[in-house]
Amino acid sequence: MKSNNEIINALNKKILILDGAIGTMIQNEELKEKDFRAERFNNHHVNLFGNNDILNLTKPKLIYDIHKSYLDAGADIIETNTFNSTGISQEDYKCQDLAYELNYQGGNLARKAVDDFLKNNPNENKFVAGVLGPTNRTCSMSPDVNDPGFRNIDFDNLFNDYENCISALIKAKVDIILVETVFDTLNSKAALLAIKSVEQSNNIKIPIMISATITDLSGRTLSGQTIEGFYNSIIHSNPLSVGLNCALGPKELEPYLIELNRISEVYTSIHPNAGLPNAFGGYDETPDSIAKFAKEWSDSNYINIIGGCCGTTPEHIKLMSKVVMNKKPRVLKKKSNNLRLSGLEAFNL
Amino acid sequence: MSSNPTFINIGERTNVTGSAKFKKLILSNNFDQAIEVAKEQIENGAQIIDINMDEGLLDSEKAMVKFLNQISVEPAIAKVPFMIDSSKWSVLEAGLKCIQGKPIVNSISLKEGEEIFIEQAEKIKNYGAAVVVMAFDEDGQADNVERKYQISRRAYQILTQKLDFPPQDIIFDPNIFAVATGIEEHNNYALDFFEATKLIKKNLPLAKVSGGLSNVSFSFRGNNQVREAMHSCFLYHAIKYGLDMAIVNAGQITIYEQIPKDLKKCIEDVLFNKHLDATENLIEISKKYSGSVERKKIDKKWRTEKLEKKIEYALVNGINEFIEEDTEKLRQQYNKPLEIIEGPLMDGMNVVGDLFGSGKMFLPQVVKSARVMKQSVAYLLPFMEKDNTSKKSSKGKILLATVKGDVHDIGKNIVGVVLQCNNFEIIDLGVMVPASKIVETAIEENVDLIGLSGLITPSLDEMCFVASELERNKINKPLLIGGATTSKIHTAIKIDPLYNFGVCHVNDASKAVSVAANMISKSKCRPFVESLKKEYSVLRSGYFKKDKINDNNLEECRKNKFNFQWDNYEPIKPKKIGVQTQEDVSIEKIMKFTDWKPFFEAWELYGNFPDILDDKIVGKAARDLWDDANNMINMLIKEKITKPKCVFGFWPANSDGDDILLFDSERRKKIKKKLFFLRQQVSRKNSKRANFCLADFVAPIGTKNDFIGGFLVTAGNGIETLASKFEKKNDDYNSILVKSIGDRIAEAFAEMLHKDVRTNFWGYAQKENLNNKELIQEKFEGIRPAPGYPACPDHTEKKTLFELLEVSSNLKVKLTESFAMTPASSVSGLYFANPQASYFGVGKIFKDQVEDYAKRKKISLRDAEKWLGSNLGYAPN
Repeated sequence: MKSNNEIINALNKKILILDGAIGTMIQNEELKEKDFRAERFNNHHVNLFGNNDILNLTKPKLIYDIHKSYLDAGADIIETNTFNSTGISQEDYKCQDLAYELNYQGGNLARKAVDDFLKNNPNENKFVAGVLGPTNRTCSMSPDVNDPGFRNIDFDNLFNDYENCISALIKAKVDIILVETVFDTLNSKAALLAIKSVEQSNNIKIPIMISATITDLSGRTLSGQTIEGFYNSIIHSNPLSVGLNCALGPKELEPYLIELNRISEVYTSIHPNAGLPNAFGGYDETPDSIAKFAKEWSDSNYINIIGGCCGTTPEHIKLMSKVVMNKKPRVLKKKSNNLRLSGLEAFNL
Repeated sequence: MSSNPTFINIGERTNVTGSAKFKKLILSNNFDQAIEVAKEQIENGAQIIDINMDEGLLDSEKAMVKFLNQISVEPAIAKVPFMIDSSKWSVLEAGLKCIQGKPIVNSISLKEGEEIFIEQAEKIKNYGAAVVVMAFDEDGQADNVERKYQISRRAYQILTQKLDFPPQDIIFDPNIFAVATGIEEHNNYALDFFEATKLIKKNLPLAKVSGGLSNVSFSFRGNNQVREAMHSCFLYHAIKYGLDMAIVNAGQITIYEQIPKDLKKCIEDVLFNKHLDATENLIEISKKYSGSVERKKIDKKWRTEKLEKKIEYALVNGINEFIEEDTEKLRQQYNKPLEIIEGPLMDGMNVVGDLFGSGKMFLPQVVKSARVMKQSVAYLLPFMEKDNTSKKSSKGKILLATVKGDVHDIGKNIVGVVLQCNNFEIIDLGVMVPASKIVETAIEENVDLIGLSGLITPSLDEMCFVASELERNKINKPLLIGGATTSKIHTAIKIDPLYNFGVCHVNDASKAVSVAANMISKSKCRPFVESLKKEYSVLRSGYFKKDKINDNNLEECRKNKFNFQWDNYEPIKPKKIGVQTQEDVSIEKIMKFTDWKPFFEAWELYGNFPDILDDKIVGKAARDLWDDANNMINMLIKEKITKPKCVFGFWPANSDGDDILLFDSERRKKIKKKLFFLRQQVSRKNSKRANFCLADFVAPIGTKNDFIGGFLVTAGNGIETLASKFEKKNDDYNSILVKSIGDRIAEAFAEMLHKDVRTNFWGYAQKENLNNKELIQEKFEGIRPAPGYPACPDHTEKKTLFELLEVSSNLKVKLTESFAMTPASSVSGLYFANPQASYFGVGKIFKDQVEDYAKRKKISLRDAEKWLGSNLGYAPN
């Protein structure tokens, strides 16, 4: 695992490139049910089609190649294929018991891809980010409109699940833990507390990246927080970066990136979708059009880390990498001495 | 000692140990109602809410989780940070697991030793919460300055040194205890708290201090007036010692200045332990302040007097309850209705007129008298029409009108009523009256006097036009000019030269009577008008002389612009760019922001509110008016007469010279609109002051990314509908009353919205916490100047503002051709957040600026001169 300082040095030198979508690349392979199962899960009692994370075990070569293609495109940070590898998410496929293994193998594949790349390019600096997804449940909202006090998941369950995943990723020697696509801040707070717990039991310091998702044009997370409200809720974890990803395309995300740039005292990251999904479930932002935003944002000094989310491909990453190549990264603001509180909105004293 | 302008109110009502109501709701599992308690606290101004479920009969952990889960999905509650309050760690930790925001844990202490303290504090840090640390250690709760401070210091050192706990996230509670308990050891409790607060703030950097306020008055349970006064006094002083926040009943903080002086002194003697009798004295005086307000006794003795006396009494006291009954009795006694009017009614009104003239009655009372008179006459009217021979004899016929383009008529209506009381006949043409209609009516009705009124500056121009039309049509009747924007000097310079017969400016209803009498009287009219003509001509020649030398050209004024240090300033971005609306805003909530002084001034009662209610001379009149106003407000609320609404918005903006550019997006590439402003041209040769222009308050293009806001509030359409209903019932008093309240609603709404904008929607002053008095004194940051008012006198800029706010699709407020807003009870303006922004008057401007302005705005010089007429420091060609 790389130290915080190594990553900070890299961040101070240039805008780091995060990779693009894994799901989109898998989709392009047009895999069949049997590809997901392979031999090992031939007799699994529910369908595994669509369980992209299980490919870490059943089609490791494919995942390795995707990582490699992003490294070749210029990505500096490779995300593990573990977005849905929490026990809670794997329940959909009755694979909850595989959570540790999925994270561990996911970590190994990305690690190996990066290490192999570095062998051939010894002067470069590349990192592995172990991904923790938000799960498919929300800890601070009720799934039942008639019973607002009801929850189908609680903090302790999330905490235990995340702790298990993080331990596996750390064992696979990822450099960073990336808590991403946060739509419910309470879920992410469980992940952040779990990181703290793994740090304490292993006596290590884990570099953390956090990325929230703004789900609609109101500028709030799904659980209702403003960007600054969210920022105040998670900044206690002392993350390396806070950023935004998914849900919206670059155009729609832009105002919130500007807002984040205004408030954030840590590095900022952004990895938008390739636009909003169109009527056919595809994405319309071309590598060219998304690169235009990348240029605009780097010219405006908004960003430290940029990459792609749903719909982006190595082509997108390659162009992005090209346009931000010699651009100066955003300079950090001095930390405020305010007492930062928040409900849905920030309250600074 | 410095006062802290950013004091935070933490709502105490969602606490089972503090609120019996809340406890009952939670114990009976009535969470829906319990949620309302939380909501109410926030509506009443709580910026954080304290939640406590420590009750023996409850499973506190479960109740905490259930309540938090329910309020977390109520945006009106969940928007504020929570303070989870318990003496049990398990309850606190269960709470921490339910909150997505960053809460405050209340509290932990060294009560059970360092080990447990450290363990809990570390968990709190990792959960991401701030913490309240109580001044409590292994030896017990601290009750004197030394221990309060020593324990806090010890805790601070442990937290910051052993745990790296952020010092700004530590809040000390040095224990507020009850005072005036009769136990001598308690006498110094308040002072101990104050002093400990001071030591903590001075010596423990970034740490905050909080406390539970209601404890202090515990020995006065049952006497809320005294308790609230004690709370207010305690806070007033504690804040000076450095208190940052307190757990309070947010809706019930008495304004310090409004506490009766004797009570305040006794309380402060107790708080500061001034002498041994302090407690005794407070207990004694508290008896005086324990009762509820006595109901007014209604004196019915006058009903036993003889009929004519009854009429006089009803007129003088403005009582319309029995007027129809009494008028009917009179009708049976008198031969003709006219005899009643010219007899007992006029006799009564003469008494009213004498009292008013000698300063013993005041305008609202006179308007009420007039209502009684009008209703009596209205009752008699059907009987008079049968009797065509009778014709009322009046002192003269007066035409009144609010000129075209203007909709404001409160002042005009008051003048009308007062003149009627003095036996003038009034023909009121209403508002937005075109010159042609005034001329036509003057001829048809053969009026003796014409009175014009207006409130906004473009009306001045319209009045000039009316005067020239009267001249052209050779009306030859005296002309009266009045209204808030009119002035003697404007009348002298602009109107008098246009109208040969004679003009008089009068801005006071009580003076209108004598002026009207003089001008209508055949013998007095000529000499009166001649002396006016002379006076106005002197004023005219003096005016242009004064400003003749204009060495203060625009370029130099621009060099002397207000120089703000943009380098050291980060403009705050509003939460949402673009336009937002609010509907269904409760009048109750709005009225809390009312500045009542202008309301009384509209009724020609002068003095500060609330002192005016107890004024030796006008107190009774003021209080009666105040009661009527409150009844009217209650009716507006209860019967949902009108719906106040607003629209407001924020846009990325930068100044460009004296213009402000508003951009279509935060990329600041495309200009959406331009706002044009004027710069002061007064000479600053002997002064260091800048020549201000509103554009100076917005970051110049190419520096920082700044913003500007705009708003429009309206009391709603119900005000005018109701006013016209009253008019139909010959009730001018209530018609004027509801209109003047409508104006207050609009103004208060503008004030409330400005506060919400500062603390929330724009959010550049989130920590602001001012009471209504301080709001009225404008102690806040940022301004909201309105187009047409001194800082930006051009009314036509309202058009741009309306376009920006998309008013036509959002509200039913329109602009007249003179850019008056209709309905009249509406307020609009621009928001500037700059901390050094202040109101100023542009004052006199000169031709170089007007030419420049016309060019920037792409209008002709003539048009610019027309709209800026009252600011021109030169005579246009």
